[in-house]
Amino acid sequence: MKSTDDKILLGHGSGGKLSHELITNLFAKHFSNPILEQQSDSAIVNIATNKLAYTTDSFVVDPIFFPGGNIGNLAIAGTVNDLAVSGATPRYLSVGFIIEEGFSLAKLEEIVISMAQDAKEAGVIIVTGDTKVVDKGKCDKVFINTSGIGEIDEVRVKISSGEMIKPGDKIIINGSIGDHGMSVMAARNELNIQTYIESDCACLNNLISDALQVSSKIKFMRDATRGGLGTVISELVKGSNFGIQIDEEKLTIHENVRGLCELLGFDPIYVANEGKVVMVVDKDDADNVLYSIKESPFGKEASIIGEVTNDHIGLAWLNTSVGGKRIIEMLSGQQLPRIC
Amino acid sequence: MKYIDEYRNKEIVQYFAGQIKKISTKPIRLMEVCGGHTMSIQKFGLPYLLPDNVELVSGPGCPVCVTSREFIDRSVAYSRLEDVIITTYGDLIRVPGSSSTLEKEKANGADVRIVYSILDAMLIAKKNKSKRVIFLGIGFETTAPSSAAGILKAKTAALNNFYVYSAHKVMPPAMETLIDEGVKIDGYVGPGHVSTITGQGIYENIPRKYNMGVVISGFEPVDLMQSIHMLVQQIENNDPKVEIQYSRVVKPEGNVVAQKMLDEIFEPRDDWWRGLGILASSGLGIRKEYEKHDAEKMIEVEVEETREPKGCICGLILRGEKKPKDCKLFGNVCTPSDPVGACMVSSEGSCHAYYLYNR
Repeated sequence: MKSTDDKILLGHGSGGKLSHELITNLFAKHFSNPILEQQSDSAIVNIATNKLAYTTDSFVVDPIFFPGGNIGNLAIAGTVNDLAVSGATPRYLSVGFIIEEGFSLAKLEEIVISMAQDAKEAGVIIVTGDTKVVDKGKCDKVFINTSGIGEIDEVRVKISSGEMIKPGDKIIINGSIGDHGMSVMAARNELNIQTYIESDCACLNNLISDALQVSSKIKFMRDATRGGLGTVISELVKGSNFGIQIDEEKLTIHENVRGLCELLGFDPIYVANEGKVVMVVDKDDADNVLYSIKESPFGKEASIIGEVTNDHIGLAWLNTSVGGKRIIEMLSGQQLPRIC
Repeated sequence: MKYIDEYRNKEIVQYFAGQIKKISTKPIRLMEVCGGHTMSIQKFGLPYLLPDNVELVSGPGCPVCVTSREFIDRSVAYSRLEDVIITTYGDLIRVPGSSSTLEKEKANGADVRIVYSILDAMLIAKKNKSKRVIFLGIGFETTAPSSAAGILKAKTAALNNFYVYSAHKVMPPAMETLIDEGVKIDGYVGPGHVSTITGQGIYENIPRKYNMGVVISGFEPVDLMQSIHMLVQQIENNDPKVEIQYSRVVKPEGNVVAQKMLDEIFEPRDDWWRGLGILASSGLGIRKEYEKHDAEKMIEVEVEETREPKGCICGLILRGEKKPKDCKLFGNVCTPSDPVGACMVSSEGSCHAYYLYNR
């Protein structure tokens, strides 16, 4: 590990000697793989399918360390999950860092190690990257962008559009909601809240590929990140030829998350997750998919939370825990600032 | 979650739903005058549990919604001053003024900060002695005591760069005005947090003068259903009175310490309410003894002429005469992401609650 005194200098982004050292001693060291080690201008990679899934995401979370993870974990999981929920097998990632002058090298290394670990567990390779250093105050500690390429089978290309969804299909989520958003919220010093909420940040590609193995009738998947479960559901139903109903009683919300949401007036269904996938599955396969998800360490609390209906076309209804009904509408504006 | 789950118990909610259905014989309209109630009612989908003849309407219970555009315009003008930091509860920053919002001013470089408590605002003042820090004091008897406490503390600590711009209001004049003006209501679901401070005395005039009941309610589904049941009982038995359902929090005499503090810092003044106009003694101005911390007195600023938006029926909605769905702008021109009226901005506003939960 670097000494805690070592700081990122503008020179680390200049392309000169310092940059070279940073790449060799930090990035290449932890992300090490044959493609990256070639250090050519572009990574040349092999692909086993005719079609590619390709995505990008930037991460600016504040604070950069929170219970259950850090900005590096988010940067890997976010892109891996975007590929996986499209039905693709994530293969290669690029990583771009924008670092504020004066940022601690030790912290940067901690982030890089987390990223390397997550990438390894998810079976993806970081094949190319970039680092820029900006003047103090021009960015907040560190921002990370990751892009990813995944291989996708022809039969799965329809998953991301949701065009196969039919009334009667079941809606599954792989566990509790709201953990990430409230974890970050609680970690913010200015709120002065003393609680420990762990982020659910996780790469879901293995969970998803296992589920795809047991069923060819997974009709739609999306990761419920910013805007939470509520946003996924309302986006899905908008302009569609079906309705959706969700049973509030079936949702898992951890006590500490519920507590903080109550305190701050947030609705947990709109709070961000970083390790949750919403699936729409044919009713005949729903139980099998659920069992498969529950086998994963990230799916222990999975449940069937609702279904696609013939009624109230284009609208999502929540059957409330007390027996009432309300609609689930897209969240407008921000519930929380900079959570990913 | 302790002390919450008990009040979200499905069986008890269903029990009250059944009782209400059983005893209520005539069509009635009950008004809630607290934004927290409006949100809770919609969030838990309670209207679907009530018989058709029991209608709930939202009144002027959202402080952001009843606040004048002029207050926003003046806050915007303050925010444009070089040495001013505006501190505010989050709801307010997106409320449209005549030509701008605090959010827009923030994007243009104004120093506008969201705080969760007046104490945070005072801390900002302490850390920024070369700036004038203005806290936008908004809300009814619920939040006014914390503003009062802040002003008191600022005076004691000689925190001379800290100011409150008060839009604080008190609830009873609005509740009586609505009845005086003939808005059709058969009973009030009384505000829980306001009453925690004031006690039940402030409503006694309503059964006495208008033969109409008030039940002070908590915010959970069981609370609200029980309160509705109590109101229906009163109406069916023709026995209007002030009752406290939320007795685990509200005492008949209220919070006397907070009342004294309110009285120490603030004095009643006539104030303008959206939908109701100017109501006598309905606002809280800062007393002369504390004017050093009164932004209105101490900080001069030029404020643009106030202009109201066309087509917006926030006023009628706040009077309970129209529902959000009756507004032509609702859901198309006016949405939470691009609000025209204050009722769509505030998370406690009835248009916002309807948009989110009940379109």
